Amino acid sequence: MSSIAQKKGFGATVWDYMTTVDHKKIAILYFISGGLFFVIGGIEAMMIRIQLMKAGNDFLSAGLYNEIITMHGTTMIFLASMPLLLAFMNAVMPLQIGARDVAFPFLNSLGFWLFFFGGIFLNLSWFLGGAPDAGWTNYASLAMASEGHGIDFYTLGLTISGFGTLIAGINFLVTIINMRAPGMTYMRMPLFTWTTFVASALILLAFPPLTIGLFFMVFDRLFGANFFDVAMGGNTIIWEHLFWIFGHPEVYILILPAFGIFSEIFAIFSRKRLFGYTALVFATILIGFYGFMVWAHHMFTVGLGPTANAVFALATMIIAVPTGVKIFNWLLTIWGGSISFTTPMLYAIAFIPSFVAGGVTGVMQAMAPLDYQLHDSYFIVAHFHYVIVGGVVLAILAGTHLYWPKMFGTMLNEKLGKVTFWFFLIGFHLTFFIQHFLGLMGMPRRVYTFGTDQGWDAYNLISSVGALFMAIGVIVLVINVILTTIKNERVGNDPWGDGRTLEWAIPSPPPFYNFAQTPLVRGLDSYWIEKMEGNKEGMVYAEPLGDIHMPNGSFIPVVISFGMFVASFGALYHMDGDKAWALPVLIIGLAITFGSMLVRSLKDDLGFHITKEELLRDAKGGNKDGSK
Amino acid sequence: MAHDVHTPTRSHTEYEYLRRQRSKEMRSQLTSFAIMIFLTLIAFTTVSAGFSPYLIVPIILLLAAIQVVLQLYHFMHLSNKGHGTVAFFMFSGMFVAFITVLTFVTIVWW
Amino acid sequence: MDLNKKYTPQTWPDHPETATLEGKNKFVGFWLLLAAETVTFASLFATYLALKDKGPSGMEFTASGLFELPLVFAMTMILLTSSLTSVYAMYHMKNHNFKAMQAWLGITVLLGLVFLGLEIYEFNHYVHLGFGYTNSAFSSAFYTLVGTHGAHVLFGLSWFIALMLRNAKRGLNMYNAPKFYLAALYWHFIDVVWVFIFTVVYLMGVIG
Repeated sequence: MSSIAQKKGFGATVWDYMTTVDHKKIAILYFISGGLFFVIGGIEAMMIRIQLMKAGNDFLSAGLYNEIITMHGTTMIFLASMPLLLAFMNAVMPLQIGARDVAFPFLNSLGFWLFFFGGIFLNLSWFLGGAPDAGWTNYASLAMASEGHGIDFYTLGLTISGFGTLIAGINFLVTIINMRAPGMTYMRMPLFTWTTFVASALILLAFPPLTIGLFFMVFDRLFGANFFDVAMGGNTIIWEHLFWIFGHPEVYILILPAFGIFSEIFAIFSRKRLFGYTALVFATILIGFYGFMVWAHHMFTVGLGPTANAVFALATMIIAVPTGVKIFNWLLTIWGGSISFTTPMLYAIAFIPSFVAGGVTGVMQAMAPLDYQLHDSYFIVAHFHYVIVGGVVLAILAGTHLYWPKMFGTMLNEKLGKVTFWFFLIGFHLTFFIQHFLGLMGMPRRVYTFGTDQGWDAYNLISSVGALFMAIGVIVLVINVILTTIKNERVGNDPWGDGRTLEWAIPSPPPFYNFAQTPLVRGLDSYWIEKMEGNKEGMVYAEPLGDIHMPNGSFIPVVISFGMFVASFGALYHMDGDKAWALPVLIIGLAITFGSMLVRSLKDDLGFHITKEELLRDAKGGNKDGSK
Repeated sequence: MAHDVHTPTRSHTEYEYLRRQRSKEMRSQLTSFAIMIFLTLIAFTTVSAGFSPYLIVPIILLLAAIQVVLQLYHFMHLSNKGHGTVAFFMFSGMFVAFITVLTFVTIVWW
Repeated sequence: MDLNKKYTPQTWPDHPETATLEGKNKFVGFWLLLAAETVTFASLFATYLALKDKGPSGMEFTASGLFELPLVFAMTMILLTSSLTSVYAMYHMKNHNFKAMQAWLGITVLLGLVFLGLEIYEFNHYVHLGFGYTNSAFSSAFYTLVGTHGAHVLFGLSWFIALMLRNAKRGLNMYNAPKFYLAALYWHFIDVVWVFIFTVVYLMGVIG
């Protein structure tokens, strides 16, 4: 592990990434695989819109359409949005709190590889007899009747990647609790760190019910249990509850980090301290807390009774209050600021009306009687795309532009960025705004076609054209990424010029130990304070330059995850009864996983030290591009 | 990362004091163990005695709750210094656990 | 961190489990995992309660006709005692008395093995009576809840044994003290879950 920069071959780079425990490299892994799944999910979305382009279209068969909508939802939520947000959390959060790495670097890597193998497993279903087709919510009454192995790919794949996410959540929580730099009190943490913290807490408490629900489904379908088999005394509503006890907090797991990214953007590009920082923090915590008490609003039409519906309707409406607080804080941050309209800022400004529209339709659905009318119509589709695309995806695109220099050391082209922005924003509203009306006109969701006599042709065509616009926006972004990477103009510490928090005080990308000396934090927006006081170094230090302890890389996370991947195939084909190899495969897979866990726990891993001399050489010698 | 653990050698008096404190704590652990055994006995006896379920269920649930508090606060030291944050998360977990169980005994519709 | 640094009871820190940053991280992370486990078991308990005594019409076995309290009472006492013995082990860990700690952990493991043996016997007994995993929704929920707890016991035992064997020759240091402490915490948590299992599943099952 020398600190001398060296040219590496392709194989060595791949090996480096497969064994890395560096949070910045894991962020890049999350980013690339999340981006890949985002494109796959996007292609599925385009196929849906092509199918619905005109009445009675036969581009997709009914069965294939079901598989595509299921995989579109599942991929976008679990395999695209979550990992892309985890990428930003990994890349930025430890830098924002002045830490040299996360609390558990090994587990960080394990979390990524579990997610990755889970995602691959889920998508292999396309080639191995058909994808899951019971919707991303996979309601048991439908899923239990689904033939083939699609549903089993769903349950096993999400179980694996769910473990990965849970590990990531615990890791971030411990990092924020234990590893903040001296002076970084909770109420001085940047808002993105705060939202990471609350979202991780939600991950911690929301993923277990999903895991249990998935286990029940696995046991039912593969080992003959009867949790959801009504004839045997089972109850399919159990799945719905478990799924939504997870599923509603999941929405906040996605949107809170998005809020965090936008909070950073508003402050940076309005060149103002965030208005109402304290209120924003408490609103974040409140949203996290309420997030656990509203899940049954997804189940108003199940028949839980008027009392339950009333309780959950009220709880749901209350969430609008802290969200409203946030919106006003952002508006007042912009108010009177010296605004620069960069690409991230454009996204942030577009986010406010888009997300508010989604929030308002959300409150409409919170009224249980009205929900009976709207349920399962395109109004719902319009609503959740307004919050997820208008909130989360805009944040991911904004974050991509904002943090690209910090992650890769070069700036995305601003002109192309703005082209992407306008195509995506116009396409987004064109696609989904009109779906509100389609819903009110009675168009049901998840139905593969409609008739010419229903009068939905023109609106659906407009919606499909909008989807094309979004696709063009994403393609321009990909071109932008390729051009930027080829040009590779290196940038300094603070490429936007107005960075406020610690991550902008160190090189882009940072050296692998992040901070040669741990910073001393003297207030909110630490870097801004130092800049205003004319401190050229960008921070004051809490310790003299000395040896730094760093963790060793490890290949074991890949092996553990691969074992689970193998075991899942065994479990999946075990149910067929005619495949003698299935049980041995299951056992071998579990043996690989538990064996490598045992190796990990028996072998001491004490890490290594970077000496003071190496640090001094780095500081002088311009090894600033982050390579070891 | 702070890796060097600075542990000054204690004086004999300090060391003896610490040992005595630990033995005292161990004695209180034994007391809570005795209480747990006692509570378990009561729970099993009430059930064997065959009282009305409306009486038994609240009693044994209460006894279970007391046992869990003893485990968490004595055996697992949740009340000690430095446990504030983890206690907060533990209670949040219990809150989610509670509403989950409450839901499943009330509104699982048939 | 120097593995070869030798400690005496005089230099051993008050709270060796949180004396290093790694120890502190493990400590907080493990408690967070326990919070997640709380929700995990709550989901299992909730499902068990929703499916209790539910099955196909004419189902043979219900909770009140199946469970036998004497065996459950024995299992409860054994697990509760093993919780105390692990407290003794941690008492000696804090006093830097490695041999006594290993001995108490050994007793804990033995008690755990007896518990696990009794559970296997119990399941085997039920299956022989004809109460199989796939019989009814009730049987699936019962075996999944109690079996998940059993799997945790098995994992806890393996953890203890691995730690004891791995460190048998080198004694206590700052690197393994947090590991012993967390394994003991895990063991207490297993007992917490069992308290609810014997109350909610067995006692409330017997009274119908």
